[in-house]
Amino acid sequence: MIPSAFDYARPSTVQEAVRILSEAGEDAKVLAGGQSLIPVLRLRLAAPSLLVDLGGIAELRGVSESGDELVIGAMTRHADILRDPLVARYAPLLAQATATVADRQVRHLGTIGGSLSHADPAGDLPSVSLALDAVMTIAGPAGERSVPASEFFVDYLTTAMQPGEVLVAVRVPKREGWGTHYEKFNRVAQAWALVGVAAAVRRENGSIAEARVALTNMGTTPLRATAVEQALAGALASADAIASAAASAAEGTSPSSDVSASAEYRTHLAKVLTRRAVAAAGGIDAA
Amino acid sequence: MAIVGTRMTRVEDHRLLTGAATYVDNLRLPELAGAAFVTFVRSPIAHARITHIDTAQARAARGVVAVYTAADIDVPPMGTPPMLTNGAAMARPCLAKDVVRFAGEAVAVVVAEDRAAAADAAGLVDVEYDPLPAVVSVEDALAGRTLLFPEAGTNLAHEAGELSAADPFADCEVVVTREITNQRLAPVPMETRAAACVPDGEGGLVLWLSTQCPHAVRDDMTRQLGLLPGQLRVIAPDVGGGFGGKIPSEVDYTVLCWIVRQLGRPVRWMETRSETMLTMNHGRGQRQRVTIGGRRDGTVSAYRLDILADAGAYPHTAWLPSATVWMATGAYGIPRVEARARCVVTNTTPMGAYRGAGRPEAIAAIERAIDLFAAEIGMDPADVRRRNLLRPEAFPYQTPTGMEYDSGDYPAALEQVLAAADYPGLRAEQARRRAAGDHRQLGIGLSCYVEVTGLGGEEHGKITMDADGAVTAYVGTTPQGQGHATTLSMIIADRLGVPPEQVSVRHTDTGSLDQGGGTFGSRSLQLGGSVVHEATQRLCDDALPLAAAALEADERDVVLDRESGRWRAAGDPAREISWAELVRRSRPGGSFSVEVKYALPKLTFSYGTHLALVEVDTETGQVKLVRFIGVDDAGRLINPLLAEGQRHGGIAQGIAQALYEEMRYDEDGNPVTATLADYTVPSAADLPGFELLTRETPTPHNPLGAKGIGEAGTIGAAPAVQNAVIDAVSHLGVRHIDMPLTPERVWQAIKEATS
Ligand SMILES: Cc1cc2nc3c(=O)[nH]c(=O)nc-3n(C[C@H](O)[C@H](O)[C@H](O)COP(=O)(O)OP(=O)(O)OC[C@H]3O[C@@H](n4cnc5c(N)ncnc54)[C@H](O)[C@@H]3O)c2cc1C
Repeated sequence: MIPSAFDYARPSTVQEAVRILSEAGEDAKVLAGGQSLIPVLRLRLAAPSLLVDLGGIAELRGVSESGDELVIGAMTRHADILRDPLVARYAPLLAQATATVADRQVRHLGTIGGSLSHADPAGDLPSVSLALDAVMTIAGPAGERSVPASEFFVDYLTTAMQPGEVLVAVRVPKREGWGTHYEKFNRVAQAWALVGVAAAVRRENGSIAEARVALTNMGTTPLRATAVEQALAGALASADAIASAAASAAEGTSPSSDVSASAEYRTHLAKVLTRRAVAAAGGIDAA
Repeated sequence: MAIVGTRMTRVEDHRLLTGAATYVDNLRLPELAGAAFVTFVRSPIAHARITHIDTAQARAARGVVAVYTAADIDVPPMGTPPMLTNGAAMARPCLAKDVVRFAGEAVAVVVAEDRAAAADAAGLVDVEYDPLPAVVSVEDALAGRTLLFPEAGTNLAHEAGELSAADPFADCEVVVTREITNQRLAPVPMETRAAACVPDGEGGLVLWLSTQCPHAVRDDMTRQLGLLPGQLRVIAPDVGGGFGGKIPSEVDYTVLCWIVRQLGRPVRWMETRSETMLTMNHGRGQRQRVTIGGRRDGTVSAYRLDILADAGAYPHTAWLPSATVWMATGAYGIPRVEARARCVVTNTTPMGAYRGAGRPEAIAAIERAIDLFAAEIGMDPADVRRRNLLRPEAFPYQTPTGMEYDSGDYPAALEQVLAAADYPGLRAEQARRRAAGDHRQLGIGLSCYVEVTGLGGEEHGKITMDADGAVTAYVGTTPQGQGHATTLSMIIADRLGVPPEQVSVRHTDTGSLDQGGGTFGSRSLQLGGSVVHEATQRLCDDALPLAAAALEADERDVVLDRESGRWRAAGDPAREISWAELVRRSRPGGSFSVEVKYALPKLTFSYGTHLALVEVDTETGQVKLVRFIGVDDAGRLINPLLAEGQRHGGIAQGIAQALYEEMRYDEDGNPVTATLADYTVPSAADLPGFELLTRETPTPHNPLGAKGIGEAGTIGAAPAVQNAVIDAVSHLGVRHIDMPLTPERVWQAIKEATS
């Protein structure tokens, strides 16, 4: 369908964007790649009076280094992430997950900032940001603030951002020497995940020194599989140890039953996929 | 050199692939300048009484020209076809009157200066509904506690076939019975339904429509609107897919025409995808009870198919399950076969033809039944098929369900596929994985299908040849991407000896050809092709005396040299004349022209064997299609490249039914898979390359020897894949899983079988 009428602004700095948004109040919406927002407008599920397009703010696009962090601009497109050498070196998990997002066309328009701000529990990048201990840089009328991924995703399609605030960048701690894997389970190649598992594993001598595991679509927000992480810390890098740790993957989750899958099935998948994701991340053959 | 039989590339493609095609919504014609835009207001509820409609706010909105409801439109409802058992009281009003019967039914229509204004105003029409109990399942519909059409006194719209009182399984050693669901599907063409309509300035109308059947639509609309013959011209420009969903005449088209007559100005209409998912007819939707019986040596002696089919809210195509009854016996020589279909109305989107239209349901049922029988007697499913397939000597074969199969070698098609697949090798690898307890189990599925093609057995056409030798053919078939212009021009080029570039093919305008059948049911090459074949023959017959006169030779000595396209007198190579010279000489200032009607004397039956190889992840239920091998025999191939294209798309849609797609409703009749995010249409990324083998057994029933190929892939592929998945987990005790075989369903089936 055709969206309801709206006004359109295309600021060229973050300050200007924040000012326009604050003046417009709750009825304004940020437009990034439009790959989630435009379908919502076309179905008339939302009718904002003003769209503030971040596409004209050059400083928001691109990946850079700052000390022991990668700074990824909110308007960095999925396709940019896939060919970025810094991401490939320090946060390959992000690229692995991004490669599974939708199709080529969507990946050339959709942005990392839009994915995180939209906070769809079925989205692939929120759980990845959780597994990577990412920190969000948010700009608002009162200046900039930082929110860790663990506090950023508040509820279904809801983040810690307030009206008038803009996600500026995602900061990801550089990690080297970790093995990573994103295990996505979907019905067709271009579909959203029924369940996804983001895993990062650091091995030391024959055991697993540390593991980060986060789940996609197992609740109203992305979730850390803390029980699995704890069971893995210091465990032998063996198929058996991983299988027994993965058995608690669904602990503390509350998956939905919907038209694509039942909660029971999602719970089962979370365990199988966690085992596979951790094994793949750790380079361990777990069949 | 003969062009027929070669892989000539499509003349349509350059235009289509470079964005130069003209779909209805791209038409930029002077007649359409200043067209108003039409949007329908659709019911969000499956079954309700309409208690009040307030259009005042919508009428007052920016850019609104008019808003109409059923109270305004003085057009009779669209009647059901007379062949239905109980259709008389089940007509469909142009806009819902008093009652809505499915979510998506139009209750009002807005005409506005532009698309956005129409969409805005549609949201302002205030409709009050008083909900009625929704009839969603076919079982509830048959029970009849709530009636969709109380005046009809029943929800049963149509019955076909019958079951005998005697028990056909009495002497069987083994009998297996199973309930099977052949799920409801949506056709999902790339182009949604769309139209544009203008007054023709003489009291009539011109309707540009994305349709498969312009002539039938013209006749239906003319009748419904009370127009005089000739007052409505229907033109289909490029059509972006149909798959059956663009066959019917629709009440929406009637409303558009009525609006143009009312307002005297041009209008445009283009549905959104969300609308099309609910308004374009769905297909399949059968609950089947199959019973198969025979001997432990693998001989099948009796088969029964009892169908409860869904007609949706308006039963205009409720006769379609008859095609399932006709084809119930499949490719086998089973002595006792009986089939019955009962088709009921429900509060869901009306059903209609969808690629295969009644035949895939028949093949899905019998191909599952054969596998169930094989599992029961512990025999390899390929061996059961070998034992029971019809043999080439059997043709013409009269089936117990009233069809006459024309030609083919069914066992040879099976052997061809088994050999290409290295069937024994696959079974060995399957055994190895079973023994190893691998979590990726191999499954091999077969399907031997036969389908009736060439329905609607009459077609019209016209051929003219100009003074420069250019040939124009007009035919009543009407493509939606199949490539008719290519194949028909190849036939004409061969028959007349002119280069194919010199031939242009015109279709889909009732103004340039008065009669036509359209394109559906794998009919177009046999009928459209035979029409132009016949027309070229007539053209040659007419030209012969003229050529003889021109060459000053006896008619008996004059022949058309089909290599060069020149008429020659025998024994004197110098005496020759080209087509163009002949036209100029015999018809100064004019052209040659013939008009023909062709009737297919008998139906034709395409057949083949498909084999699917799948890997099933027993931990998650995920299915991976590893190989797909198919033999499809559609008689003589005019262009093997285009035939492959038809098979390719058809197989993809068959796989889609087996693994991915289902149109679902909740218990209140709300559609729950009505967006492309939920309906899961697969893409190229989900499919392997297909291994396509050929056979060509000509049919005796038309001059081309050709049968239909448009639906074969869809019909054969779905059961092959379904059987493969079940085969992969049969050692765990699984006997049947309904389509679509989603990972969750497969996982559930494994869990139930092993717990
Ligand atoms: C067909 C299809 C399939 C898809 N499949 C997947 C998939 O498999 N996995 C997946 O993860 N995603 C998928 N997506 C979503 C895709 O990744 C989107 O790009 C993403 O979710 C949103 O990013 P965007 O830049 O397009 O944001 P937009 O659509 O422009 O915005 C989304 C929301 O975030 C807000 N927003 C955007 N940027 C900011 C910002 N910087 N600050 C504050 N608020 C902001 C907007 O106001 C809006 O509410 C799919 C999308 C489509 C169309």
